[in-house]
Amino acid sequence: MISTDILIIGAGPVGLFTVFEAGLLKLKCHLVDSLGQGGGQLTEIYPKKPIYDIPGYPSILAGDLTDRLMEQIAPFKPGFTLGERAEKLEKLDDNTFKIITNKGTELFAPVVAIAGGLGSFEPRKPPIENIEIFEDKGVDYIIKDPEKYRNKRVLVAGGGDSALDWSIILADIAKQVTLIHRRTSFRGALDSVEKVLELARNGKINLITEAQAIGLNGNKVLEKILIEQDGKENYYFDSDYFIPLFGLAPKLGPIGDWGLEIENNAIVVNTLDYSSNIPGIYAIGDINTYPGKLKLILCGFHEGTLMVQSAFKYIYPDQKLSFKYTTVAGVTGF
Amino acid sequence: MKNSITVSVTDREKIIHTLEVPTDITLNMMEVCKSYELPVEGLCGGMALCASCHMYVLSNHELPEPSEDEENMLDQAFFVNKNSRLGCQIKIHSDLDGLEVELAPVSPENENQ
Repeated sequence: MISTDILIIGAGPVGLFTVFEAGLLKLKCHLVDSLGQGGGQLTEIYPKKPIYDIPGYPSILAGDLTDRLMEQIAPFKPGFTLGERAEKLEKLDDNTFKIITNKGTELFAPVVAIAGGLGSFEPRKPPIENIEIFEDKGVDYIIKDPEKYRNKRVLVAGGGDSALDWSIILADIAKQVTLIHRRTSFRGALDSVEKVLELARNGKINLITEAQAIGLNGNKVLEKILIEQDGKENYYFDSDYFIPLFGLAPKLGPIGDWGLEIENNAIVVNTLDYSSNIPGIYAIGDINTYPGKLKLILCGFHEGTLMVQSAFKYIYPDQKLSFKYTTVAGVTGF
Repeated sequence: MKNSITVSVTDREKIIHTLEVPTDITLNMMEVCKSYELPVEGLCGGMALCASCHMYVLSNHELPEPSEDEENMLDQAFFVNKNSRLGCQIKIHSDLDGLEVELAPVSPENENQ
């Protein structure tokens, strides 16, 4: 059983820094994130982009900022549940919270801090009308175990690195690998592109370019994929699997159903302490909204800092909290 | 010298919005749409990293060729046509007076709801 003082949903920069500010107050934190690593957007969308508005850093790469934050919070030994999405929230009889992830992990805490950014990153689904019917019946958005496709016919869609890399891996496993892409050129890493083209020349990968999958067909499971290709009549292509790999996009997801006041996909908070309409639940960073809100990492750090002061009083209403500068008291971990 | 231009944006209900846009501050079409509260998400903030400002250029204005980043992103978008661009990469400039764009559809599956 995982139990902590503050359960932070979202391990982006704001969630991470909040661990530090909570740690100064001797509050323990546990972070849960649907991504497999900390850093949120910084590592998922733009790890190599420089950020120019972090005080004290004229320029820092987003990935490096994540690394520094991880280093900064390490003394406070935060717990992590990564690769799992916070799915359900329950208020228990003693007014504490239980969060259940999509993989069934149960997390307990008196305070929940939602630092969910733009939401949880989910695979982008192609706009094919009946695609949901075939999910797990031939349509996979994520490849968990390539062995699943041994001796099967697989159609991979997409033109980026993951489509290329998986096509290469599956070429040795599946009976038939077809890669379908809207254009003639591929934009992934150069050696992946070359490898795919070489496998295509050797007949190990079947390439369909200037084309896209527009329909799915099958009796209970996927059997055929309707292809639209430049200069041809639409045609059906036989395949056991359809694997569209078009990257990830953030969705607010289940947090939207937790009874929180939501406005334009963001959680409405009181700027006094970034509390939500539910006592004990706070929202910090890009996921909250209030008059004058700016979606900046800098502002999220401030929000997390004020929030933990309020969280302390919420958890320990009878204890006096004295504020100490790190220059005076240093940083004492757990 | 006039320091604004007029652009038109066709939204997903096919309603045409004629917008006055200043040229003396650095703006792009994603920001213009957002400032007029048109339904453009602009999730990544304008780094050509999310495709949530995907739009079609309807007029014959000559735009700079898309960068590698923009092409990459369009590869991951849906409903892409020959005239597809990311709004965040269309920098507002006096030469773009009369620019006409249309917001690309969003698939309900991927809408941030």
